[in-house]
Amino acid sequence: MKKRGLALLLTASMALTLLAGCGGGTTETQAPETQAPAATEAGTEAPAETEAPAETAAPAAGGSVYYLNFKPEADQAWQDLAKTYTEQTGVQVKVVTAASGTYSDTLTAEMAKSEAPTIYNIGNAQGLSDWNDYALDLTGTSIYDERINDDYVLFDETGAPKALGYCYESFGIIVNKALLSEAGYTLDDIKDFASLKAVADDIHARASELGFDAFSAPGLDGSSSWRFSGHLANVPLFYEFRDDGVTSQPATITGKYLDQFRNIWDLYITDTAANPTSLSTSTGDESEAEFGNGQAVFYQNGDWEFANLTGNFSMDPDDLAMIPIYCGVDGEEKAGLNSGTENCWAINSQASAENIQASIDFLYWVVTSEEGTTMLAEQFSGIPFKHAIDSNNVFGADAKAYASAGNYTLSWAFNYTPNVDSWRATVVTALTAYSADPTDANWEAVVEAFVDGWAYEYNVQNG
Amino acid sequence: MKKKKKTHDAAAVNGLLVRRPIRRWFPLFILPTFVCFIIGFVWPFIQGIYLSFCNFNTPKDASWVGFANYVKAFSDTGFIHAFTNTASFAVVSILTINVIAFLIAYALTQKMAGANLFRTVFFMPNLIGGVVLGYIWSMIFDAILKGYNTYLTANATYGFWGLVILVAWQQIGYMMIIYIAGFQAVPGDMLEAAKIDGATGWQTLTRVIIPNIMPSITICTFLTLTNSFKMFDQNLALTGGAPNIMFNGAKVNMTELLALNIYNTYNINAKWHGAAQAKAVVFFLLVAVLAIAQLTATRSKEVQQ
Repeated sequence: MKKRGLALLLTASMALTLLAGCGGGTTETQAPETQAPAATEAGTEAPAETEAPAETAAPAAGGSVYYLNFKPEADQAWQDLAKTYTEQTGVQVKVVTAASGTYSDTLTAEMAKSEAPTIYNIGNAQGLSDWNDYALDLTGTSIYDERINDDYVLFDETGAPKALGYCYESFGIIVNKALLSEAGYTLDDIKDFASLKAVADDIHARASELGFDAFSAPGLDGSSSWRFSGHLANVPLFYEFRDDGVTSQPATITGKYLDQFRNIWDLYITDTAANPTSLSTSTGDESEAEFGNGQAVFYQNGDWEFANLTGNFSMDPDDLAMIPIYCGVDGEEKAGLNSGTENCWAINSQASAENIQASIDFLYWVVTSEEGTTMLAEQFSGIPFKHAIDSNNVFGADAKAYASAGNYTLSWAFNYTPNVDSWRATVVTALTAYSADPTDANWEAVVEAFVDGWAYEYNVQNG
Repeated sequence: MKKKKKTHDAAAVNGLLVRRPIRRWFPLFILPTFVCFIIGFVWPFIQGIYLSFCNFNTPKDASWVGFANYVKAFSDTGFIHAFTNTASFAVVSILTINVIAFLIAYALTQKMAGANLFRTVFFMPNLIGGVVLGYIWSMIFDAILKGYNTYLTANATYGFWGLVILVAWQQIGYMMIIYIAGFQAVPGDMLEAAKIDGATGWQTLTRVIIPNIMPSITICTFLTLTNSFKMFDQNLALTGGAPNIMFNGAKVNMTELLALNIYNTYNINAKWHGAAQAKAVVFFLLVAVLAIAQLTATRSKEVQQ
């Protein structure tokens, strides 16, 4: 009768494989994403090897470029641009795009290979400290000299420029001007927090009569919470760092402007149609649709939303504008938008000399040639290079208009956030609890998550 | 039945002519699988253990640091918290899953209409992947909790019991199938003998049925134990470790289990890759020791039929 036990064991082992199949759910859902790089790899490598050298005279150096792209939405544009470059110069350019949210995993894996990326993305100071050994000092390179200023350059501890921002983005409060005038206001009525609050409170009070509310839902689901734990939090962080003259990652923060943060957050959760107790499940898509379908006048997000709002939701670009996030700080009438970047090119210093030179040449071509600058203008809103072409993104234009009117730009202070995902998760937990029950005690927990969380994560990050 | 006469046909499937070359050449035949096993399992496993003693960003640039990573792993309050979380989750889910699966299997082996239909229905949740289940159940729980003006990640209790319910729902059907197989293997003559001897239903269950289905119990507890410890997808999708709370200057992800903690540790930054690897080695040892202990314990109670 031992056979029966054996049969059972066999059943169980089959069972295990089945369960393993369930576990495979994770990889299955990611499959379409991970397939993308594989497909592009095959797509770009094969023709490059067979066609390119035959048509044009091969360059003397003979290096090749491997660009590990950070922005999935720009993948196709990069592939096309790489093909054009190969046709013109004969230099092989391989573009691989990491799936959304997996860049650091992909980069780690690719860097371990013998044919490692020659150009890759570094997002912030933390990324630079992880990859400093692999980042070329850009001083004196042709591409570095094309930058307009140092605002979007990442410097390492010795002050050497290691990563060069190739596009910058701006965020603020997106306004539907058509609805705003329907409610009897214009953009000129909003100059600071008090006037923003007056307008929003009034619209919220008349919401049922107007058919729309002031703010779209401030969802705290994972697909939306970064707008607040990341972007909105930039406002108090920026002012604090400006006051204290902080220019590198601080070990601790004081939370000096958290009262102002509370002002604006209270406004978001009060003057909205959303139920503040169910924000934990309210998604970014819901909030976007609310604004896109004309149910809300204000929507906090960035210039990358332009394509979606004018495309998917067919909004008229003339109805759209982006205003600064006002929260009650002195002098904020002169505020501009929050502009910065997480998109910086770094060149792999451990690549061969030919490949490094080929990579620099390629990037130089991208920011100076007609094809390259056109592509950059189409894909991104702000391009910090001398030969940049203007893009049609109205939010990007707003950012420039504020800057040229002499308003100060809120730089991306959140790029200093230590162990950023973890810090934000703690802030989101506290914000969610506060929104459901807005008491002073619950706000204390937000402050604790902000300030103590920063100190804690700083130690973790450097642990 | 007429007994077959033993033949000595050398060309039969078990004949010498067939067996000898297999005996001689078996290394050649197992070679492909063996090579795959080495590449896909043994080598990464050994490298993983080696890396737990190193600082590394990519496996290429590993530098030896001795036991520093293990010290770091154990001084992490989040790891200790995840450990106690996992232990209590394992105890609760092993009990719920096995008790309920056993009862359902018992019910469905009685003569009743639609037993097959019920078996199929109870088994079905098992066919859905963990991540999908996690998201679906988080919506279900949130929809229910919304009625009470609260939400799933509001506190650790909701998250913990939510995970228990989810995993029970998913795995009960599976364990039920194994228990049903066990019930069907209980010899009819034993049950008949018990009946003739005047055993009550309870006596039949505890003295005849349970000893006979001990192999099923062994397997089911083994599976639920290892599944609970290795729980990852459902944990990630249901709460992702939230609520994340600052507590006396240290941070705790209240509903984070061990596997998710290791994953999150690795993703902090390059300085933590080694510590995450060390945690993973500790985790492996823990699961291996527990599983072997449990197997030995329940095996000893199995009876030979």
